[in-house]
Amino acid sequence: MNFISDPVTFIANWLNNLLTSWGLSQAVVTVILKFIGAGIVGAFGFALVIFTIWLERKLYGRIQDRLGPNRVGPWGIFQTVPDIIKIFTKEYITPVGADKIVYNLAPILSVSAVLLTWAVIPFAPTIVGTEVNVGVLYLVAVGAIGALGIILAGWSSNNKYSLLGSFRAVAQVVSYEVPMVLALLVPVLLGRSMGINSLVNAQSVWFIVLSPIAALIFFTSSMAEVGRAPFDLLEADSELVAGYQTEYSGLKFGMFYVGEFLHAFTISALTVTLFFGGWRGPWAVQVPLLGVVWFFIKSFIVYYVVVLIRISMPRLRIDQMLNFNWKFLTPLALVLLIATAIVDKTFFTLLPGLNLLEIAIPWVRAGVHLVMNLLLILVTIQLLKSYRIKRILVVAKPRPVAVAPEPPASVIS
Amino acid sequence: MTAEQIIFLIVAVVTLVAALSVVISRNLIHSALWLILTLFGVAIFYVLLEAGFFAVIQVIVYIGAIAILFIFAAMLTRRVMQDTGPQSNTNWWIGALIALFLLAGIVFILLSWRGSTTPLAELENQSGRLSQLGLSLVSPDQYVLPFELASVLLVAGMIGAIFVAGDKKQ
Amino acid sequence: MIPLSWYLIFAAALFCIGLYGVLARKNAIGILMGIELMLNSVNVNLIAFWRYRAPNGIAGQAFAIIVFAVAAAEVAVGLALIISIYRRRSSVVADEMNLMKW
Repeated sequence: MNFISDPVTFIANWLNNLLTSWGLSQAVVTVILKFIGAGIVGAFGFALVIFTIWLERKLYGRIQDRLGPNRVGPWGIFQTVPDIIKIFTKEYITPVGADKIVYNLAPILSVSAVLLTWAVIPFAPTIVGTEVNVGVLYLVAVGAIGALGIILAGWSSNNKYSLLGSFRAVAQVVSYEVPMVLALLVPVLLGRSMGINSLVNAQSVWFIVLSPIAALIFFTSSMAEVGRAPFDLLEADSELVAGYQTEYSGLKFGMFYVGEFLHAFTISALTVTLFFGGWRGPWAVQVPLLGVVWFFIKSFIVYYVVVLIRISMPRLRIDQMLNFNWKFLTPLALVLLIATAIVDKTFFTLLPGLNLLEIAIPWVRAGVHLVMNLLLILVTIQLLKSYRIKRILVVAKPRPVAVAPEPPASVIS
Repeated sequence: MTAEQIIFLIVAVVTLVAALSVVISRNLIHSALWLILTLFGVAIFYVLLEAGFFAVIQVIVYIGAIAILFIFAAMLTRRVMQDTGPQSNTNWWIGALIALFLLAGIVFILLSWRGSTTPLAELENQSGRLSQLGLSLVSPDQYVLPFELASVLLVAGMIGAIFVAGDKKQ
Repeated sequence: MIPLSWYLIFAAALFCIGLYGVLARKNAIGILMGIELMLNSVNVNLIAFWRYRAPNGIAGQAFAIIVFAVAAAEVAVGLALIISIYRRRSSVVADEMNLMKW
């Protein structure tokens, strides 16, 4: 590989040779390189947030028929920098009676849960933080740590409204983990592996063609996990003050804010990796840098969809959210998992019977799964129609109206 | 002292200190937080034992679900926001004596057992282990019966918990 | 190379700390936390024995997975019982639940 086509591996090898020639042992060099890599991934995550916050505010403005930020720099691209400086210089107000260690630990847990996710996402065939062969389960585990940060934030603020807000937030996050895990199992089934690298390599046909329902369930429950609209009851300013973030000011609130935006971009990156082929694209295998380009193009398109959904939909109530999860998403995900397993096994059992070309097998498999998914969608819509709540009559029934009696004939002159 | 042994000793000391703080701490929520640190230390041990799958399952099941349940229960069963008073009952020294004698007995037996110095064999079949485990849980001549019984137990536990702790609205 | 005895002694220490927690805590939730420590030490024992004595078998791993499931079910039911008791008696101190003593 040369520098142009694969800069990251080139630099890693060059540093490795440099440090070993200085006399350090190989094990120490590996540890140092891994620390440098982890630092770069963390810094890269924060640099990405600066860009995505600007993108979101511009999109907000344009869809609401206004300009968005346009003063600081051309098209306002440096707008996030003064915001960061403002957040850095605000005073830390710690409430009386707050548990100091837990109060300071909670935003750190929230942000690290998001940054830890970036360690397993492959940007290119050779650029990946670390390759764990249970990568999909690792994603779920890291999401669980995020839920922990929320409940610690709410409890340590010594404030009844923070506590109530954090109860609701944890109920939402933990409830939506269930359909997310079930929808994550569908790519694992189709790709025959739990490692994310192997899943991207198995997507000669993108998994969104094979199973659009799983992609939609994963996308929806991930948005509910982040707390983005329309599931953003937790951070709405008119509900319970500001929920579990009420008592945080200054950089601690900034960490929650940055963590939420980074999480929103992370779920777009995860949806792209698992369902849209990740870094796959023309010439991505020969020139790994091009794989990074394809990955980011696809991630920003999905992030655009996330922002559009946030702008255009009203907020859901907590009971509507939980009903939607337990009565619709979870049964649908379970049925989808069973149906995918049955169809896949049947397809591979019947495969030697049909004489297909080598190259057409993934496409025929994709077609069969797509047909099954469309049938499931039709059945679901029919069931929803038949169980629809009867519309409540708004117009009241006609009531007797008081009518003045006819005056007696003698009064009329 | 190889690097692995140093890591083992550091993680073991941190985990045992955290476990001690779980049973000694006065504030119940602090106990729950020390419990989370203990569970995380045990997950690191699973990684050291080359059972990475179990480390991730430990974080998901124990830290992500059971520890959050503990924190919720501790918050829901307090009458005031702060806990005061000692958390150990009056005969705590009998419990400490029993625990110490048990520990001494087990350590004595372990050190005099010939099998404590078993050498570490290499793991073959690195990549097929997960699918082997999955197959063993559902194949009829291996462990499908405990697997099915565990799922029945989980359903019974779920229904029981909802029934026992649910609101009985008249 | 870490000897097997180190893992087993660590698991024994964790078990004894959990035992002390069960015997000496007043609060019922504290007792449940001691039980969780004991279950974790059992799991560490199982995985250590699997890795050192029978690494090509599968029995140790399957046993450990069943222990995970049983621990989760037991915590759920135990905490539900404690919350239900708190509703009636407004207390979770284990000594005060003595209606069935003679």
